[in-house]
Amino acid sequence: MAVVAHTVDERLARTRPLDRLLVRPELGSLLGALAVFAFFSVVTDQFLSAGGVSTWLDDSATLGIMAVAVALLMVGGEFDLSAGVMTASTGLVTAILATQLNWNVWWALLASLVFALVVGALNGWLVMRTGLPSFIVTLGTFLALQGLNLGVTKLVTGTVQVSGMRSTEGYASAGFVFASTVNVGGATFQVSVLWWLGFTAVATWLLLRTRLGNWIFAVGGAATSARQVGVPVVRTKVLLFMTTAAAAWLVGGINVLRYTSVQANQGIGQEFFYIIAAVIGGCLLTGGFGSAVGAAVGALIFGMTRQGIVFAGWNNDWFMLFLGVMLLAAVLVNNAFRRRAERVRR
Amino acid sequence: MSTPLLEVREVGKRFGGVIALSDVSTTVNAGEVTCVLGDNGAGKSTLIKILAGAHPHDAGEYLVEGEPVQLSSPREALDRGIATVFQDLAVVPLMSVWRNFFLGSEPRVGWGPLSMIDRGRAREVTRKALADMGIDLRDVEQPVGTLSGGERQCVAIARAVHFGAKVLILDEPTAALGVKQAGVVLRYVAQARDRGLGVVLITHNPHHAYPVGDRFLLLKRGRSLGCHEKRDITLAELTRQMAGGAELEALEHELRQERVVPRPSSPTLETVPAAPAAPPARPGRS
Ligand SMILES: Nc1ncnc2c1ncn2[C@@H]1O[C@H](COP(=O)(O)OP(=O)(O)O)[C@@H](O)[C@H]1O
Ligand SMILES: [Mg+2]
Repeated sequence: MAVVAHTVDERLARTRPLDRLLVRPELGSLLGALAVFAFFSVVTDQFLSAGGVSTWLDDSATLGIMAVAVALLMVGGEFDLSAGVMTASTGLVTAILATQLNWNVWWALLASLVFALVVGALNGWLVMRTGLPSFIVTLGTFLALQGLNLGVTKLVTGTVQVSGMRSTEGYASAGFVFASTVNVGGATFQVSVLWWLGFTAVATWLLLRTRLGNWIFAVGGAATSARQVGVPVVRTKVLLFMTTAAAAWLVGGINVLRYTSVQANQGIGQEFFYIIAAVIGGCLLTGGFGSAVGAAVGALIFGMTRQGIVFAGWNNDWFMLFLGVMLLAAVLVNNAFRRRAERVRR
Repeated sequence: MSTPLLEVREVGKRFGGVIALSDVSTTVNAGEVTCVLGDNGAGKSTLIKILAGAHPHDAGEYLVEGEPVQLSSPREALDRGIATVFQDLAVVPLMSVWRNFFLGSEPRVGWGPLSMIDRGRAREVTRKALADMGIDLRDVEQPVGTLSGGERQCVAIARAVHFGAKVLILDEPTAALGVKQAGVVLRYVAQARDRGLGVVLITHNPHHAYPVGDRFLLLKRGRSLGCHEKRDITLAELTRQMAGGAELEALEHELRQERVVPRPSSPTLETVPAAPAAPPARPGRS
């Protein structure tokens, strides 16, 4: 027995520092964010000004809320392609109820939250029930919602948008909670930045400190094993789909109250940006590993780069190039980690 | 004699047209090891899945401490003190040792929805439970995937023992291991037995089964070839029965004539058919 203990210690000593470092999934994204920040701070004047900071934080915030939710879902081993259109669907439900049926905005928000949770639960239930990849199932939901968004909006308003939120009952108080601004240093900061930070903090706490967080890692890392030791796999995954939908509701609410109107085709294509931000933040595409902080930082890299390129006066095409390179680098780093962690030693 | 912890009487299981198991009987007593032996496809995994609650049996009787049961989930078996270490070990490779150890039974502090995993205690208990089994991991934060196959088996066994299992079921714990690692795992099996657990050890290697086993159930093509107490059977006889007795003698005769095996001598009979890949381990010594 002493022999065994000895070999274990020996090996620990050899691999420990590296393992320790690589065990933090958000490390790569933090370094990336620092580099992007330093780069645009030097290259442009505007980037570090109060106005500049508020611009790129604003751009990162709603993307960040979704990226964090999507990261939780990806750690749990699933994808949600309907997350992007869902931000529009929930906004449309809120706007139609408030402007066409004259509901109080708060009731309209509550109704759209219920709508989101039902669609999220449906996504989760279908994935678990059929055993099909969530990629396919949520692609179906994505297309269905896209059709519904356009169809219903045209039916109700005769156009492809719903507007007129400003004159609805409860707009002032709801607007204060979801879309107010704060003046700091002569620049206007959106309250969505606070929602983003708060949501990231809660998600991080949930993942690392609670039992549910343990289960999320387990159902994404090895669902069969998790089931065998008594983890409620179906319940955990359905809950994750509902969380993603609820985050989409939050973003939909923020947008509808801020712009006081919703386009029926809003949000389409955004779902990939959420996934990309989560991957840049250290999420494995295969599940079981990732971080909420990482996803938030991934979104920050997005916002900083997108606005930094504008400040520098470059063509926007460079953003896509940057995004592609960033994504590939992140996937390579993440994969290298997984191989290390999963390497079977005999 | 007290009631056995587990007893099956002529249990059977079919999957559609496939009869995976029929008419199998055996008992598992506290402080004893019941070995289930058989070739691939003999029905070993099917039998232990019945014991573990992963499949309900559809013929015969299954008694837990004398009471007939029809288990419908592994959770139910766990609640009755039957813990199973499946072939895939039920560990999550990317999660740390302590998170794996407590997965599904996390100790918590705090109130209601705000309660958190008691991480300090979880780490400490994990370290101690592993140390009690003679496994000294200095870092319980390392991902389980970085452990060796034998160490992972040991973590899974220590987990089952810690959570108060009365019966420990191990599906081929030594199948993928080298000689030394297999010996280590068998030593933990013996340790669990000495703590008074009833152990069911599945293997296709009689050399692994014989040193720790008290009772040997031989399966072939879903049927029982008999259940023997250790005093009634020798290792040679066990090996011979597993390999199919007369069939094997014919095979040996054939091989000797064709000179496929370079040095055929009578002792090879014990090792050739049963476990060509894994050399025998001798956990009793060293
Ligand atoms: N879920 C299942 N569905 C259909 N057939 C199965 C299933 N599980 C096992 N079998 C069949 O039952 C037989 C016994 O399998 P198993 O118990 O896994 O054998 P062993 O573990 O001894 O190698 C095999 O012929 C196998 O194909
Ligand atoms: Mg098997």
